[in-house]
Amino acid sequence: MLMEVQNLTVGIASVQPLSGISFAVDRGEILGLVGESGSGKSLTALAITGLLPLIGGRIIGGAVVFDGTDLARLPEAKLRPLRGKRIAFITQNPMTALDPVQRIGPQIDVVAEMHLGLSKSAARARTVDLLTQLRIPEAAVICDAYPHQLSGGMKQRIVIAMALAGDPDLIVADEPTTALDVTVQAQIIHILATLVKERGLALILITHDMGVVAQICDRVAVLYAGRLAEARAVRPLFAAPAHPYTAALIGCIPRARMEPGTLTGIPGAVPGVARYPAGCRFHPRCPRATDLCRTEAPALEPVDGGAVACHHRMEAAHV
Amino acid sequence: MSDLVTLSALSKRFTTPGGWLSKPRSMMAVRDVSLAIPKGAVVGVVGESGCGKSTLARLVLRLLEPTTGTITFDGTDLTALPAGPLRQMRRRMAMVFQDPYSSLDPRYTIADVLAEPFAVQGQPQTATRIPELLDQVGLSRAMAASYPHQLSGGQRQRVGIARALALHPDFVVLDEPTASLDVSIQAQIIALLQGLQRDMGLTYLFISHDLGLVRYFCDRIVVMYLGAVVEELPKANATARHPYTAALMASNFTPDPTQRRELASLTGEIPSAFALPKGCAFAARCPYVTDLCRSTPPPLVRDVDGHAVACFHPLGQAAAR
Repeated sequence: MLMEVQNLTVGIASVQPLSGISFAVDRGEILGLVGESGSGKSLTALAITGLLPLIGGRIIGGAVVFDGTDLARLPEAKLRPLRGKRIAFITQNPMTALDPVQRIGPQIDVVAEMHLGLSKSAARARTVDLLTQLRIPEAAVICDAYPHQLSGGMKQRIVIAMALAGDPDLIVADEPTTALDVTVQAQIIHILATLVKERGLALILITHDMGVVAQICDRVAVLYAGRLAEARAVRPLFAAPAHPYTAALIGCIPRARMEPGTLTGIPGAVPGVARYPAGCRFHPRCPRATDLCRTEAPALEPVDGGAVACHHRMEAAHV
Repeated sequence: MSDLVTLSALSKRFTTPGGWLSKPRSMMAVRDVSLAIPKGAVVGVVGESGCGKSTLARLVLRLLEPTTGTITFDGTDLTALPAGPLRQMRRRMAMVFQDPYSSLDPRYTIADVLAEPFAVQGQPQTATRIPELLDQVGLSRAMAASYPHQLSGGQRQRVGIARALALHPDFVVLDEPTASLDVSIQAQIIALLQGLQRDMGLTYLFISHDLGLVRYFCDRIVVMYLGAVVEELPKANATARHPYTAALMASNFTPDPTQRRELASLTGEIPSAFALPKGCAFAARCPYVTDLCRSTPPPLVRDVDGHAVACFHPLGQAAAR
């Protein structure tokens, strides 16, 4: 496995917004990191990329093993050369990821100059090549444009090009298509999936859309309120979700042939970090909760294709 | 079923003011849209950003003045109505906005928010009405004293819905009410809207970019592209005939890994509405484009089932020919 997150616990001030997060992803694979807003997806991304100090957080337990090295124990000076080169990050909003007063070309060039030691002209040639691969027409002309002159889908491709410029092994993409139109979203998702297969990249895709997960991911890690609910290979997970939360998330996707009234959502909302309930954190919203769930947090246990943390896991027959 | 709202040949032109060095430019945000909304129905309008769907939503309630065309509400021509009678008529219609963060005044308590429609319309507000509204949208009565910042996104949108229901409207325009919410909360809100519609006999115009959601929620679906209707599906499960509708359907990710398919049949993005192409607006992105499409805009043709499509080469007919 290229990246293995083991029992990761994150602290910010006196609270622990994330605890016991474990999952793994290998080259040529896409891992979907899913859950509602507030379940800890973006925080996990920050922990993996070593960016937690930016928001005043730190890893207080577990390991983030990347190609044999535990990033959690690495000092900032040793993380820097990895970040942007071997591990790239694609943010949610392409509008804020680009410098509005700098032309597109130099923003991408700098990555190859810094991490690959290329000259200015070699870096530009590489940039044009990358943009062409991302099916951007007239790439050389686009290099001279400013971000505001491009559409949202185009800007997200620029951000993907920036991520690819350092020739990374792992890309962490935090909801890269949320801000885009549906047909453009499909294009971007397709580009990411193709890159992973062609270049043998590992991709951690953060999303709240179980439809995207089903279509392109190989593995799935479902987070709820800062804990791992279920982490499994994609097919068994969708065939028979073991955690009631996973089943509920899948049930939230509207489909044309659904009977009216069958789409009900998940009652309530994700609790804030200060209000995490005792026991299983999902119990206040769970249809299967019992007294055991209210008092005792379930441990991760093996299940077909991965692991699940639930006292009353769903069997295939119940689905 | 009689029609509660009828739009005929509705258009809206926006003009940007000219500057020192720039000429004024104009664009047609909505072009020649005709649509009937039957009483008690849920009609969906779907399209990508810039297709004119939110402009259409505002035109229907005459929050924007149409450039040409008429809006008829329950037999009355809204476009001809002076301000006074229009305001009276507006009691019967309401709108739920896309962003529950900016559509609630941060300095108003929830009770203030819900009392405002009564104040604006000079209607008596009974003491029981606000608790009743909170009950209807599934919020606790104690929330009346809260401020918007104390509520989650889903709770705020429930307040937005309660405000729309305050004066017992017949017709509610829902402008992407779930676009900024999590899927789990989106499903809650849609279930709430469905329940309210059933219990109160409401008529909805539902604006969305999510064809999957529209097909679940709506009885009739209108697909817009660059300001114009390209297809009208008389039933939610009708088969798409316009290549754009088909592309929208293909962009919808099915939550089933055993049914994976090749994504992204469509390339390119929506052209600018300031420089509308001469022929079919979709020609530049269409896989079936011919010279005819580039030179002539296709008319919207309706068949006996009420299925209307504006395309010279509709899908499903090549095989029949």
